[in-house]
Amino acid sequence: MMLIPCPWCGPRPRVDFSYGGPDPADHPRPADDAPLEAWTRYVYERDTPKGSARELWRHAAGCRQWFVVERDTVTHEVAGSHPLPGAPRPVGEDL
Amino acid sequence: MSAPGPARQPHRLGSGGHIDRSRTLSFRFDGCSLTGHPGDTLASALLANGVRLVARSFKYHRPRGIQGEGAEDPSGLVALGRGDRHEPNTRATLTTLTDGLVARSQNRWPSLRWDAAALTAVASAFMPAGFYYKTFITPPQVWPLAGPILRRMAGMGRSPTAPDPDRYEHRTAHCDVLVVGAGPAGLMAAQAAARCGARVILADERAWMGGCLLKEKTRLDGRPGTAWVADALEELASRDDRVTLLPATTVTGQHDHGFWLAADRIYDRPDAPAAGEGPRQRLWHIRATQTVLATGAIERPLVFAGNDRAGVMLAGAARAFVNQYGVTPGRRAVVFTSHDEGYRTVFDLRGAGIEVVAVVDPRPEVRGPLPDRARAVGVRVLDGHVIGDTRGHPTRGLEGVALHRYHDGGMVPVGEWIEADLLAMSGGWSPTLHLHAQTGARPVWDDDLLAFRPDPWRMPPWMAGGCAGTRGLDAVLRQGLEAGRNAVEAAGLRLTGAPPPVPAIDRDEPSEVGEGTPQAPLWAVPKPAMAGGKRFVDIQDDVTAEDIALAHQEGFATVEHLKRYTALGMGTDQGKTSNVNGLALLAEARGEPIPMVGTTTFRVPYTPITMGALAGESVGPRFAPVRRSPMHEAQAEAGAVFQTVGPWLRPRYFPRDGETLAEAVRREVLATRANVGMVDVSFLGKIDIQGPDAAEFLNRVYINGWKSLPVGRVRYGLMLREDGMALDDGTCARLAEDHVAMTTTTANAGRVMAHLEHALQVHWPDLDVRLVSTTDAWAAVAIAGPKSRQLLDLVTDLDVSNEALPFMGLTVGPVCGLPARVFRISFSGELAYEINVPAGYGDALWRRLTQAGAALGLVPYGSEALGVMRIEKGHVAGAELDGRTTPHDLGLGRMVSTKKSFIGKRLLQRPALQDPDRPALVGLVPEDGRTAIPAGSQLIATEHAAEAVPIPMLGHVSSACSGPSVGHPVALGFLKGGLARWEGQTVVAAYPLKGTQVRARVVPPHFHDPDGSRQNA
Repeated sequence: MMLIPCPWCGPRPRVDFSYGGPDPADHPRPADDAPLEAWTRYVYERDTPKGSARELWRHAAGCRQWFVVERDTVTHEVAGSHPLPGAPRPVGEDL
Repeated sequence: MSAPGPARQPHRLGSGGHIDRSRTLSFRFDGCSLTGHPGDTLASALLANGVRLVARSFKYHRPRGIQGEGAEDPSGLVALGRGDRHEPNTRATLTTLTDGLVARSQNRWPSLRWDAAALTAVASAFMPAGFYYKTFITPPQVWPLAGPILRRMAGMGRSPTAPDPDRYEHRTAHCDVLVVGAGPAGLMAAQAAARCGARVILADERAWMGGCLLKEKTRLDGRPGTAWVADALEELASRDDRVTLLPATTVTGQHDHGFWLAADRIYDRPDAPAAGEGPRQRLWHIRATQTVLATGAIERPLVFAGNDRAGVMLAGAARAFVNQYGVTPGRRAVVFTSHDEGYRTVFDLRGAGIEVVAVVDPRPEVRGPLPDRARAVGVRVLDGHVIGDTRGHPTRGLEGVALHRYHDGGMVPVGEWIEADLLAMSGGWSPTLHLHAQTGARPVWDDDLLAFRPDPWRMPPWMAGGCAGTRGLDAVLRQGLEAGRNAVEAAGLRLTGAPPPVPAIDRDEPSEVGEGTPQAPLWAVPKPAMAGGKRFVDIQDDVTAEDIALAHQEGFATVEHLKRYTALGMGTDQGKTSNVNGLALLAEARGEPIPMVGTTTFRVPYTPITMGALAGESVGPRFAPVRRSPMHEAQAEAGAVFQTVGPWLRPRYFPRDGETLAEAVRREVLATRANVGMVDVSFLGKIDIQGPDAAEFLNRVYINGWKSLPVGRVRYGLMLREDGMALDDGTCARLAEDHVAMTTTTANAGRVMAHLEHALQVHWPDLDVRLVSTTDAWAAVAIAGPKSRQLLDLVTDLDVSNEALPFMGLTVGPVCGLPARVFRISFSGELAYEINVPAGYGDALWRRLTQAGAALGLVPYGSEALGVMRIEKGHVAGAELDGRTTPHDLGLGRMVSTKKSFIGKRLLQRPALQDPDRPALVGLVPEDGRTAIPAGSQLIATEHAAEAVPIPMLGHVSSACSGPSVGHPVALGFLKGGLARWEGQTVVAAYPLKGTQVRARVVPPHFHDPDGSRQNA
């Protein structure tokens, strides 16, 4: 079972987390008045990259924060994780 | 402890082995009373008693004995236990003998000795690979008749039918170094890591740790190998604050990131608790920083005609039965081996008084230390020979082997049968790579080793000993030490203290003398024309060399196809002994080298795990937590009948004097509408929202506007998913400028919370808003009915007049002497209030309201009456909010704000979702005024009513009730074009599965008090 590093709580087993699609930085929510095609792509179309991927995960059974995990979808190796822009800073992080 | 009866074990040696002859254990096999000793497995005890026939095979019901001595044994599967404790397909070789153990053979009827279905073996020439597929592919009518018969005949043991009375548990453990396998390499690795202060878990599937040092006669430091094992285990056990020893525990799977599952057969441990005490099995969830695999190697059988008789055994297993258990698996033996190491068997068997009449070896002119020693002790070494066939007796097993001269793949009968009741065979050893390969490593073929080696690119886990393809005990021990130290360093610990010394081994030991002649790749002995026996490759699945050739001929030429077509390696042993022989035969048929064929996928688990261990504690009431309302007890005392709704236990109705459900619900509804009723609504999801941007946040998640909601008022809201479909509805009360109390439906409480958190964290981190779920913090009761204001007035000093507390107003203050928030909202359509108190006061609130309301005719009502009243009022609920409906479909299109943006707005504008012909909410009443309209009915046009399906569908009925307040059944449904097209017309509600049709008139979906005068009163 994968260990996912929560930026706030530290590494925790995968069952504590839920998956939330690609990193919003790579898959931004369109503007309110963007064309329907852009919205359809946003809601329905997801890439399934083989290899390195940046994914959104939530520490659902913990601090409930969403954050970005860099993960290899083939080997399941986790390169790292970081909070979303505007999220509270993890304790102990240099200010 | 000892029992009367046949205590004599005719095949037990008077001395030797690691068993305790001072104590006798009695057990039963197929009703026979037998005995053994502590230290025995069921397999060794059966052999000690001369029981050679232990099972019938899966396809041909052929008589089978024990072939291996551990997890690899493909044939010795038995059923353990009686009654509810029945456990099928258990390996006799891994089952520790205990006093009173009860075992039975499988796949036989009426008895193991005389099995009716064994006649299929006679017909087996007509049952080649793919027999079932070929026979029953047409006509389809045959399968329903033949299936049950074949299922009875084929397959393995029977599942128990009653609940398992035993307890199982899961346990989580963390360590720096996990060592899998407690043979010489594993013990060295564990000691090396433990001496550096690492937290170590050492697991071994066998009840007794020591691996090959228990099975072979090897001396370390001039002492028996078992003495060195005992010292190593004692040292490890003395560090019990850092070291955990797990005997009888099979590490069954490697999962990601150092996570391993291990099945602990507690009752197979030598120090097992008494039956019924503690859990029977435990599934360990181990998280290891580093792992050393020291899983050893598995011996391969040789493939020749008649190789499945009881008495044909792996050479290493024969040695183990003699050396570890003091059991003689035969009296007159032939050794058949394609490599030097098999010759060890000669000396161990002779040492136990077994006559070894010959060694048969396909290699011509064999020279080497071990073959020469065999010749020196006078054993007939038949190099350049093979065994072409065997003969024997159905229950006694092997009686003789046919000798053939062998040269360059061709063979000539010698015309000699050698009498023997034991054939010890060895086709070489395959490293046990299962755990290594489970996460995608690709083992590589080694032409010198004639076996697959670990994938050098996928280490760690560190590999040591037989599983790494290492030969020679000295090399194995050194590699174990190195792996243990590598693991310590890789785990980020320092190498401290003295490493454990590598014990000295005499260069004359059979394990150290090396090979004279290289191993011969003999994958199958050709079948002589007159041979009676079959050449089994996989004796658990009854797959022969001929089946593999046939599969190839029929086009199943890749290894994965071969496996599925013939069932090779698909049994409970997953082909531990048979896979490499099968692959090699396929490679031969394809005319390609073995690496071109590759291996099948290694999957978890390594050996089967019982369902009980997988379930652990999550059975019965512990399967899932039950949520109870804070006023559960008070409602139970009031006679509530509870119902499971998701995780909740909710009062469904409160019957009086033997009322039926329908009678009680009708009474509860009418009493509420006439006087006053009360219902527990603690189950609703509650979310507390605070921050200066709270109203702005609501604005973005609901379709309607919130900026104008004044403090002290409540509003109904509908929220959508990003795709424009309704997600949930509820109310929000504005307690302060920056404080909102939100409610959600019971079912969607968790989903809505997650949705809001996602929106806030991912889309709008700039909004200054905080959320917390308060579902469990508040208890809530709704009081509804024309006398609800009168009741509220009795229990509070707050001003609850229509002016001070109008519809959709709120007030805060003591109610029933308890701190409360009162919201004037209504789900029933009556004048109603929802009283919220901190959860700990819920019980008091229910009891005090009950007391105060008695004079007003207050009745408690349950979820059924609540549902009836909301349908009569035309409120949507879960059946309408089914994930496929838009605000317009729900009749709430006017709520959609055009002035602001909100989640779901853009995709709601898709042309298809704006189509006026979409199914929209309507009310339905039976034309005859009395026939109920079943929920789930399909709505069709009257002119199609008499036609056979398929009929064009106009919509469906989502909710229905008997309509006690309106005097006739009513229903809500969705109809293409909605009211605009259908109002006043008749449609048919058809339920083809029940064969019912009801003619229904389409009306607006508000049956009770459509103008809202009652709730506004």
